[in-house]
Amino acid sequence: MDYLTILQILDSTIRLATPLLLACLAGLFSERAGIFDIGLEGKMLMAAFLSAAVAYVSGSAWLGLLAGIAASMALSILHGLASITFRGNQLISGVAINFLAAGLTVLIAQDWFRQGGRTPSLAGNARFEPITLPFAETLQSVPVLGPLYHDLISGHTALVYLAFACVPATWWVLYRTRFGLRLRAVGENPAAVDTAGVSVVGLRYAAVVICGILCGIAGAYLATALQAGFVKDMTAGRGYIALAALIFAKWRPWYALSATLLFGLLQAVALRYQNIDLGGVIIPVQVMDALPYILTVVILAGFVGKAIPPRAGGEPYVKER
Amino acid sequence: MTLMQKFLGAVAATALSAGAALAEPALIFDLGGKFDKSFNEAAYAGAERWAKETGGKYFEIEMQSEAQREQALRRFAEAGANPIVTTGFGMSAPIEAVAPDYPDTKFVTIDGWVEAPNVLVVGFTEHEGSYLVGMLAAMASKTNTVGFIGGMDIPLIRKFACGYAQGALAVNPDAKVISNMTGTTPAAWNDPVKGSELTKAQISQGADVVYAAAGGTGVGVLQTAADEGILSIGVDSNQNHLHPGKVLTSMLKRVDVAVYNIMKAGPDVSTDYQLLDLAADGVGYAMDENNADLITPEMQEAVEAAKAKIISGEIKVHDYSSDDTCEALKF
Repeated sequence: MDYLTILQILDSTIRLATPLLLACLAGLFSERAGIFDIGLEGKMLMAAFLSAAVAYVSGSAWLGLLAGIAASMALSILHGLASITFRGNQLISGVAINFLAAGLTVLIAQDWFRQGGRTPSLAGNARFEPITLPFAETLQSVPVLGPLYHDLISGHTALVYLAFACVPATWWVLYRTRFGLRLRAVGENPAAVDTAGVSVVGLRYAAVVICGILCGIAGAYLATALQAGFVKDMTAGRGYIALAALIFAKWRPWYALSATLLFGLLQAVALRYQNIDLGGVIIPVQVMDALPYILTVVILAGFVGKAIPPRAGGEPYVKER
Repeated sequence: MTLMQKFLGAVAATALSAGAALAEPALIFDLGGKFDKSFNEAAYAGAERWAKETGGKYFEIEMQSEAQREQALRRFAEAGANPIVTTGFGMSAPIEAVAPDYPDTKFVTIDGWVEAPNVLVVGFTEHEGSYLVGMLAAMASKTNTVGFIGGMDIPLIRKFACGYAQGALAVNPDAKVISNMTGTTPAAWNDPVKGSELTKAQISQGADVVYAAAGGTGVGVLQTAADEGILSIGVDSNQNHLHPGKVLTSMLKRVDVAVYNIMKAGPDVSTDYQLLDLAADGVGYAMDENNADLITPEMQEAVEAAKAKIISGEIKVHDYSSDDTCEALKF
């Protein structure tokens, strides 16, 4: 394995980790506020569809992105309505959203484009094109660092850089702002927040809306940056892997970055090498595919540190009378 | 999940009772979906052609999950549909369970394998068609490296890969064939993102022609190949038009012809095993205006010669599914 191959695998890791990272941060905001969200998958799917559809019709990837965010936010608010306002079961609402998105996207796409539940292929400005960072070409000849900068850091779409910028932003919002403090508090002890005269409902809605925005970007990235259009069920379980990454990251932003990069790396390696031969022992590709889940179970079982979810997670808040 | 099934069952039941049919044929699409631009869409095209020509109607349903298969078969059988045509290998076990209960109904499995008096098995010699496109791939390749991207890792897809590798090696014994499978679960049929990454990985290993036998995942493969400026090969339906001038050819599997013929025969269709091979034009490679510039007369001549030799038996293409081994390609 030479340096260039390693760079290619890492490059692939970044592409694969980006949707996971965005969805993971989305889940982080929601769950930190005490709203469990297994509807990440559905929101991403809906956003992927609408962003591709609008990008195709308008010819602008950015308009597509906005439409994707709007679609994902609409589902988020639906989830909020069911689980915050009407105090329904958050898990059931999440599952319902996943089913809703899986069915609606194909139905609308078929009715709209008549291409069998997919959108037409996007071209030109309707897609996010890779950005070549300044000096990438000139610095390419510099040994070691040149290819690193040219192949790995440069040449991604705008959404990738946006996703990575979201990590420090999330950290700052959660740990350095008043809003973040209250958001974390509402996930741990909503009664205390309520006593302090801050609206629990308002905070939780804010959290699910942020979750919707991030899922929207993730979906748009899949359909308009990585791919050139929407295909039925194209999220292929990435929302669930993001949830696993969230637990693996113990609901913290920087850990979320490393967890999603690790999961992305596992996928990239699995895609590059089908069966890995480690000195006579062959690791089949299925093991690599299952590793994210295995690692999550190991973490949950408490072997490597403890993953403690926000204490008020999953429970609707009922004001005492 | 069970709630969902009940709901879907209810929907299916109302849809069926509305038809109250006398031996209308039924068509069950596999998980890839009716419009996968590939295998299932070919079946749909065949059924539509039959409906248009005869003015007949047919029942249809798309599978959404593994659990629905048996239920859908029983519903159609109870409603009196005959014959019931199914696509995909996954229908084998459900048909095996249901067919004995409805001895007067004819079941058809395309790609599956069931031994029962009222079940018609339709098979294709995908390895022969893949052999031909493998030859084209090796002739079009400048790097002497060609790629194969399969959907779910099942013997049927390995059959494609093995035939393809044999064809490539027949043209150029030094050619390198890189093979990847998208996954081991049905989700592998609909993951274009993974298809793209696999294509990029194969390109970085030198491949300049990739063959996708992966359902909806193939959309991502063909897209990335077109973006990166290499050639791709479509599968099942003619996919040359998806990226004109960038898709070398498509390995055709005439599921449409099979479905059309079965529906035309109606309830009296014979249940003798049908093998649609090169000689019967059951498989082949696609030539149209989109790839006319990519395939030179010499290339076509070589492929036609090989085709004639396969039909005459002079060239034997090894069928992976016959003994689960492949000399030309290591999995």
